[in-house]
Amino acid sequence: MSTATRSLPRTIGAHAILITYTVIALFPVILVVMNSFKSRAGIFGAPLTPPTPKTFDLIGYTTVFGQGDFFHYFQNSLVVTVLSLFFVLLFGAMAAFALSEYRFRGNTLMGLYLALGIMIPIRLGTVAILQLMVATGLVNTLAALILVYTAQGLPLAIFILSEFMKQVSDDLKNAGRIDGLSEYTIFFRLVLPLVRPAMATVAVFTMIPIWNDLWFPLILAPSEETKTVTLGAQLFLGQFVTNWNAILAALSLAILPVLILYVIFSRQLIRGITSGAVK
Amino acid sequence: MDTETMAAETRAKRPIRWHVGVFLAPAVLVYTAFMILPLFGTLQLSLFRNIEQSQVFVGFGNFRTLFGDPNWSVNFWNALRNNVWFFIIHMLVQNPIGILLAALLSSPRLRFTAFYRTAIFVPTILSFVIVGFAWKLILSPIWGVAPHLMDFVGLKSFFTPWLGKEQYALTALSLVSVWQFVGIPMMLIYAALLSIPDEVIEAAECDGVTGMAQFWKIKLPLILPSIGIISILTFVGNFNAFDLIYTAQGALAGPNYSTDILGTFLYRAFFGFQLQVGDPNMGAAIATIMFLIILAGVCVYLFLVQTRLRRYQF
Repeated sequence: MSTATRSLPRTIGAHAILITYTVIALFPVILVVMNSFKSRAGIFGAPLTPPTPKTFDLIGYTTVFGQGDFFHYFQNSLVVTVLSLFFVLLFGAMAAFALSEYRFRGNTLMGLYLALGIMIPIRLGTVAILQLMVATGLVNTLAALILVYTAQGLPLAIFILSEFMKQVSDDLKNAGRIDGLSEYTIFFRLVLPLVRPAMATVAVFTMIPIWNDLWFPLILAPSEETKTVTLGAQLFLGQFVTNWNAILAALSLAILPVLILYVIFSRQLIRGITSGAVK
Repeated sequence: MDTETMAAETRAKRPIRWHVGVFLAPAVLVYTAFMILPLFGTLQLSLFRNIEQSQVFVGFGNFRTLFGDPNWSVNFWNALRNNVWFFIIHMLVQNPIGILLAALLSSPRLRFTAFYRTAIFVPTILSFVIVGFAWKLILSPIWGVAPHLMDFVGLKSFFTPWLGKEQYALTALSLVSVWQFVGIPMMLIYAALLSIPDEVIEAAECDGVTGMAQFWKIKLPLILPSIGIISILTFVGNFNAFDLIYTAQGALAGPNYSTDILGTFLYRAFFGFQLQVGDPNMGAAIATIMFLIILAGVCVYLFLVQTRLRRYQF
């Protein structure tokens, strides 16, 4: 019982450190969002206080909505992210099923080949990717981004999903086979629903880098019609360096959707990361 | 024995299982076409040079230019040096903080851990554009948030516009990047600490090993594989970084190239900047060097840190 008496100061110490770091982690985000609702005088006069009726102002937001075509950029990001995610999950799950379910010649080799991309960043192939896109006429199309992001997301997706598919009971699949189900039906009807939690984890891991990426939109699809919200925000922020209201509003608009999604899915994400531990 | 041979016979007689191919094909095709082939294409391009509108094989000529021609080599070595410093800061600051936070989070019966975990991970999900700009604003002397905050702790006299000074800019940006990514080592180490069996901890407590001694002698050796993983993830991420520098300091990685790292150097070489025209072949050569650096890092990790990657699913 000596641990109980000793643990109080230690608990307080632990909380103190964790609270300090939480403040460090959240402060910049809160600061930006808070000041985006203030007038220029409020932003510079008292940056650390929340907006009061006197300093409250939506001028930044009206500028952003008036100038940038943010709704359109947002739509592009959404299309790219959702479609890439769909292909990563579908193709990744299919390949993971093939690798974990069937024994065939070259199975291990194929697994290693597909795992290569976990460590080697796709960005290093950019020069040739751009040439390929120019040759196929895909430059400045969302399809270019979707294809690249699908390739980028697949290795980790296959790696994680095949771990989970190995745990699906063989009896269940064999029962399905005896009932005359085709391999495709077994995959789509029996196995996919069972690995849904793993799919959600992979979805979160895949989604965040795609939504946040600046490199490929900048290189493969910088045209006005295909700009993603990250690239749009980057250019917008560059143009409005002196308009602090607009910058803070644009930053807040970029933060909020991701933050909301994160709050909804954080349990899933954290469970996914720590799943190696939960045995 | 008998059944085994029978099984082998039926397997041999079984027709080609098309469904295996159907399951594998889409992933393998997309992955090969847009990841593997471009990667090798880039390696190949680095051996050619565009002379009078046609690609001419020049062997290692581009690399000789990169290392030998002062127009390139000064920038290249500068970018490489900066990138190493960028990595060192991550290893010395990000990973120890991550381990400390994870150790605190995993202490038994601590309350609000879910809240802390969620909150500390928030910066990691934000885009570089947001992070780069938000910190640029905070550190800006025009807004005055940073000096204002430092005034609270009596350090106001130490404030300088860090991002604008050659000697501080890179370190400041490295720390911003640390701020953004500390959640990843925290989570991975946290997972590793949770997976330590209770019996081990109980046995240690029976032997009177508790508190700090328990962490150093029992837990740390057990989470070494995870520390290896976060080190290699940090290495790959750092030598591939681009976005944060580009957002905060632009493609020229100012002031005076002091924040230039390999990613921004590659971007400038490939796309050109100001008066210099872009050169895909030199870009490919720099990408090849980055590839070799990352490959070397991964090999060192795989050979030296004898660990089973798959158990931790990263």
